[in-house]
Amino acid sequence: MTVMTDLTLDVVRVRRDFPVLEREVHGKPLVYLDNAATSQTPRQVIETLDHYYRHYNANIHRGLHTLADEATAAFEDTREIVRAFINATERREIVFTRGTTEAINLVAQSWGRANLAPGDEVLISQLEHHSNIVPWQLLANQLDLHIRVIPVDEHGALDMAAYQASFNERTRLVAVNHISNAFGTINPVREMATIAHDHGALILIDGAQAVPHEAVDVRGIDADFYAFSGHKAYGPTGVGVLYGKAALLEAMPPWQGGGEMIRTVSFDAGTTYADIPHKFEAGTPAIGDVIAMGRALQWVDEIGISLIGAWEQRLLAHANEQLARIDGLRVLGTAPHKAGVISFVVEGAHAQDIGLLIDQLGVAIRTGNHCAQPLLHHFGVDATCRASFAAYNTPEEIDIFVEALERVVGMVR
Amino acid sequence: MSAQQAQAELIEEFSLFDNWMDRYQYIIDMGKQLPAFPEELKSAETKIHGCQSNVWIHHEREGETLHFLATSDAAIVSGLIAVLMRIYNDRAPAEIIATPPSFLEDLGLDKHLSPTRANGLHAMLKRIFTLAEQEKVTG
Repeated sequence: MTVMTDLTLDVVRVRRDFPVLEREVHGKPLVYLDNAATSQTPRQVIETLDHYYRHYNANIHRGLHTLADEATAAFEDTREIVRAFINATERREIVFTRGTTEAINLVAQSWGRANLAPGDEVLISQLEHHSNIVPWQLLANQLDLHIRVIPVDEHGALDMAAYQASFNERTRLVAVNHISNAFGTINPVREMATIAHDHGALILIDGAQAVPHEAVDVRGIDADFYAFSGHKAYGPTGVGVLYGKAALLEAMPPWQGGGEMIRTVSFDAGTTYADIPHKFEAGTPAIGDVIAMGRALQWVDEIGISLIGAWEQRLLAHANEQLARIDGLRVLGTAPHKAGVISFVVEGAHAQDIGLLIDQLGVAIRTGNHCAQPLLHHFGVDATCRASFAAYNTPEEIDIFVEALERVVGMVR
Repeated sequence: MSAQQAQAELIEEFSLFDNWMDRYQYIIDMGKQLPAFPEELKSAETKIHGCQSNVWIHHEREGETLHFLATSDAAIVSGLIAVLMRIYNDRAPAEIIATPPSFLEDLGLDKHLSPTRANGLHAMLKRIFTLAEQEKVTG
């Protein structure tokens, strides 16, 4: 006999964890649909941060006193939480950064400067966030590199034939996002990693939009570098992670110098550096925030990442269905594999007007270029509206959003 | 009617609405009444930067006064242009300079349309005042 169990996410329970969801905006209940920009924070994470400052705030890795010891233990335990969360091999492959942006800049300036020569090529995609474009442009200017761009098709999916054809003997690195922040396209990163490796290139994956929405397995993908941020995964702002294969990280020179990242410092005999990952963690990190980020990942584990992903797919389907009734609405990014992100434009209604007016009705969506100007310009627009979903959103909220959208479009047309 | 009187009149009109959705609708409807902006006047010189939407302001000296022509591809910004035009259009540069935009506060617009929302209102005001200063000197 098989027992049928309804394994769906208990959204009522999930919502109870988020104090901010109780607030009102302009006298209306908040409907927060800007999760691709930043997700809201569960009380467990807020309490972790609060507990850190109330009980064991201390600098790590040096003091011999109890507080320093407890803070160091909690900080290093977080490395293990992150390692397990993304299935890295070792803890020392986890470098804490200020976020995805800093992680990418670290790879560009450390690995890039040590390994690339004039004429070498870096392959990025049309789907990238500015944070995975500009660090490579800076490096290209410094080292005289060439940047090649993998094109997208009319649905906002990467053209994989063009990707294959983009490699040549000078291609050294592929830098792509796992999930597009602007369109929600899920890229076939495992396949892309295989192709990159077949051509002797490394692959860096910007996982900022993937980590909160699907199970990430850096070993399964065979990613050389994988970056993500805490604040898009129910954690605090200002912290993130760079995963790098141990052998790569070990061979890389330090990027920023300072305390924590050294072994010995001498004016005469020179300075020697700490082992990885500390070699890349100069200065006092955001200790409490890193620990709170670990709690956020545990929270995701407690709910279940696959349940969250499935729930968001349901929300996406419901939103697509409901939005279809709005006359003149066009969704940008209709790739077959998509996360819970809908980017759209409405004929006769500027995105800025929609964003301002819908806020009056308590609905928070993002409007603008989503830090992806090359992608939007490719699709012939300057700005879109974007609704993006998280574990705590409900079909009822989507109904409120679509109704509000209908009303504000009617106002401006 | 002076620029000050135009401001007072706007404040009175806005006080008729008790909620912001109605005020926005009024602003949007005012924007729909803006005179057409000739395509050939859209240039780098007339374009205002710092807005999420596109805004152009063209101006001409007409005797003692400044005549503005402005447009935007967004509805609320077009409405804000209409508000600005009622106060500042066809006035002497000295009168423009002597009329600080107190309506922003009086209408609650500064609170609802803060500069962080990149709506371009402050950029448009700055352009109008800069042009008035220039014309005051050259005129």
